Amino acid sequence: MEHSHAALATVHAVSYLRFIVLFPLLGVLFNIFAGPRVGRRAINLVSPGVVLLSFFFSFAALLQLPPGGALVDTVYTWITAGRLQVDFALRVDPLSATMILIVTGVGFLIHVYSTGYMAHDEDVARYFAYLNLFTASMLLLVLGDNLLLLFVGWEGVGLCSYLLIGFWYTDDEKASAGKKAFIVNRIGDAGFLLGIFLLFWSLGAKGVWTLSFAEIQTHAGLLAVETVTVICLLLFVGATGKSAQIPLYVWLPDAMAGPTPVSALIHAATMVTAGIYMIARLHFLYSMAPTALAVVAIVGALTAFFAATIALVQTDIKRVLAYSTVSQLGYMFLGLGVGAYSAGVFHLMTHAFFKALLFLGAGSVIHAMSDEQDIRRMGGLKTKMPITYGTFLVACLAIAGFPGLSGFFSKDLILEETVASPHGSVVLWLIGTLTAGLTAFYMFRLLFVTFWGETRAPHEVAHHIHESPTVMTMPLVLLAVLSFIGGYFTLVPFLAPVFGGHHPAHVSALVKYLPTVAGLAGIGLAYQMYVRDPAMAERVAQRYAAVYRLLLNKYYVDELYDRFVVQPVVAASQWLWRVWDTVIIDGTVNGTAQTVAANGLLLRLWQTGNVQVYALSFLLGAMVILGYYLW
Amino acid sequence: MVPISYHLVLSGVLFTIGVMGVLLRRNTIIIFMAIELMLNAVNLSFVALARHLGSLDGQLIVFFVMAVAAAEAAVGLAIILLVFRGRETVNADELNLLRW
Amino acid sequence: MDHVTFFALALPLIVVATMVVVHPSPVYSALFLVMTLFLLAVYFLFLDAHMVAALQIIVYAGAIMVLFLFVIMLLNLQTEPREQQRRGLRRAALIGGGILVLELFLLLRRLPTGDTPEQALPAGFGTVQALSERLFTDFLLPFEITSILLLVAMVGAVVLAKRQG
Repeated sequence: MEHSHAALATVHAVSYLRFIVLFPLLGVLFNIFAGPRVGRRAINLVSPGVVLLSFFFSFAALLQLPPGGALVDTVYTWITAGRLQVDFALRVDPLSATMILIVTGVGFLIHVYSTGYMAHDEDVARYFAYLNLFTASMLLLVLGDNLLLLFVGWEGVGLCSYLLIGFWYTDDEKASAGKKAFIVNRIGDAGFLLGIFLLFWSLGAKGVWTLSFAEIQTHAGLLAVETVTVICLLLFVGATGKSAQIPLYVWLPDAMAGPTPVSALIHAATMVTAGIYMIARLHFLYSMAPTALAVVAIVGALTAFFAATIALVQTDIKRVLAYSTVSQLGYMFLGLGVGAYSAGVFHLMTHAFFKALLFLGAGSVIHAMSDEQDIRRMGGLKTKMPITYGTFLVACLAIAGFPGLSGFFSKDLILEETVASPHGSVVLWLIGTLTAGLTAFYMFRLLFVTFWGETRAPHEVAHHIHESPTVMTMPLVLLAVLSFIGGYFTLVPFLAPVFGGHHPAHVSALVKYLPTVAGLAGIGLAYQMYVRDPAMAERVAQRYAAVYRLLLNKYYVDELYDRFVVQPVVAASQWLWRVWDTVIIDGTVNGTAQTVAANGLLLRLWQTGNVQVYALSFLLGAMVILGYYLW
Repeated sequence: MVPISYHLVLSGVLFTIGVMGVLLRRNTIIIFMAIELMLNAVNLSFVALARHLGSLDGQLIVFFVMAVAAAEAAVGLAIILLVFRGRETVNADELNLLRW
Repeated sequence: MDHVTFFALALPLIVVATMVVVHPSPVYSALFLVMTLFLLAVYFLFLDAHMVAALQIIVYAGAIMVLFLFVIMLLNLQTEPREQQRRGLRRAALIGGGILVLELFLLLRRLPTGDTPEQALPAGFGTVQALSERLFTDFLLPFEITSILLLVAMVGAVVLAKRQG
């Protein structure tokens, strides 16, 4: 294995990593206990402030990171059981450093943006409490040096996503979306937990009782390939839940029920990247199991394509972005699945920049349009919201893989590796390239329909359209800059100590340039269909009405799940409730109580209150005992 | 000389008379007196057996029984007095609050 | 104790003891109980229990029975009417009493004591001196505890009787 030599050499013990997690947690406490009293101004200052502090500490950690080494902050010994010892220890290596910088950096910008976006909401303290908790959980997830801490963070982001998606809980539909996210995630978490258990016990069977990543990596060679394959697949089930892959992606499109900055946070900086991070963190296990890697790659590629086709026809601005996230996450899994871990993480980072930007831009549009989300009622926003439009354009170019922007580098890297890697395949590359074209098409469809042409908004809405305040546009500009230059961050060599030496892929010119050409072609097609000949979209939709309806209804996946999963579960639960619970359990419990009560009713007749009856009982008892001895 | 069993039979008869008194009479004071009768029946057994075995232990126990009986009578009669003050009766079957 | 003495004491004892239980008037019951105690004292004398006989008269007949009579008169208890209502209890009590007698009789038949010869008595058996020597040596602790018990009973009786109903 080429990774075995990559075991991290220099490890410095430090004691400031804990503050990275602590600051957002303090923000949570502040928002819960002081928030409702201190007023909006203080909340708006403290909530992004704590994340900024975390960002500074993360940056300090990055600067102090020894070359090819790691920083470890052992806070205390958390669990000791027999030979197992689990430390509450935080660890920064290049991978974690990348993650915490993304989480705190992008997270900070989203916090700042939220102060503007939520300026008119009553419940701003609760909102920021959740948001800070979300950040803290995600930081714990990526900083934890063992699987147990990772799992704590993993569950933490799951909880926060539920809380934030259902933030406006008085709306039934939004509350349901929160529950859906939570339940779908639980299914993934069950697989994830089983994976952890299996890993723990199979290592334990070899005499190594540990949950720490470093030790697992050292001793992973003890495990049989079949065991590792099963472990990896179980863990991947967890990843499909958190990172919205087939078949558990269904929660993410509904997750836009939450406030838009939350969507940005979930889709870009936190939550969905957890699955990617987890697989990247345990890459040494996946590298041992080619079958598991192949599954990851195939699921990733299929999800990328599948979600992109749905995004083609959606008319809700956030829904398009949601499916694009699912699709882009598919790319990342494709990268991981072909063994190009650093390419996957690279795309994670660039995606964090431009997807946060897209969501925040969409939020800005929705804000301006008085909460209208349907792009068919937008149009012509280009001149009215120049900053939003400009930054949105940068993000669209980036995600479409326009040469020179961040998405171009990361997406091309993944696709090149798909061909070059021993785990890759041309079919997967073809799917990826096709998806690149689709991505460019639907993103520019979104851009053209939303910002170009004549406004289709009702007069009173159109009248109010305005550019967003500075606290909202400033993050947009910063993220646009990052989306522009993100591709030049030399992340791949930086991550080399974690994932092993990187061999630059040598691929043919066709492989190298076709994805870019596909992207440009997608942009061109979108321009043709939505700018030059707006009626064309309608014609195409009518011509392929069946396909159009299928895509519009998202392949009826939700309906299928409802029919084959949700309804049977509900029916079984109903049966358990009415028969098992009400009749059998309650019957047993109540029957026992009634029997005792009936006997008590009979026996209490003995308690007449007359002392002579008691004396007689006493005498009879004494006589029975005496009679027994005389017998 | 009468055998020891004569004394014990007499003791048993007196004890049974006391038991019947406890069970049959309604007046708590008479019930109380029947209890004293039972105590004395037992004392009779002790004294007879002390004589029979040539040991003073039986008589010493009688001494203690008398002390306990005196204490019991003092407290018991005080309770009866108290009950009578509250309820104007000493009939056992009217004092039946301690019931279901 | 010879047979004549035994029966001369035992038969009156049974009669007066029965009268204690069956006489409708509490005052008569108490007086019959006094008679029972006196007869028992005499009975104890014949069993060489001189000290116990004396205590029987002083403590029981003297102190306890006076207390009983005092309470009876204080409460001004009348002769109680024939009891009609409690047939069930009465019958159960009689049956129980009968079985008790039967069992005690069977018990006595089982005991070997009837056949063993009487022990020779040491000089001064049952006298005040003999009893006191044991009481203040081997039984000193129970003796002292008894004094505490009596004190507690006294205090308790005073507290109970003084409480305002």
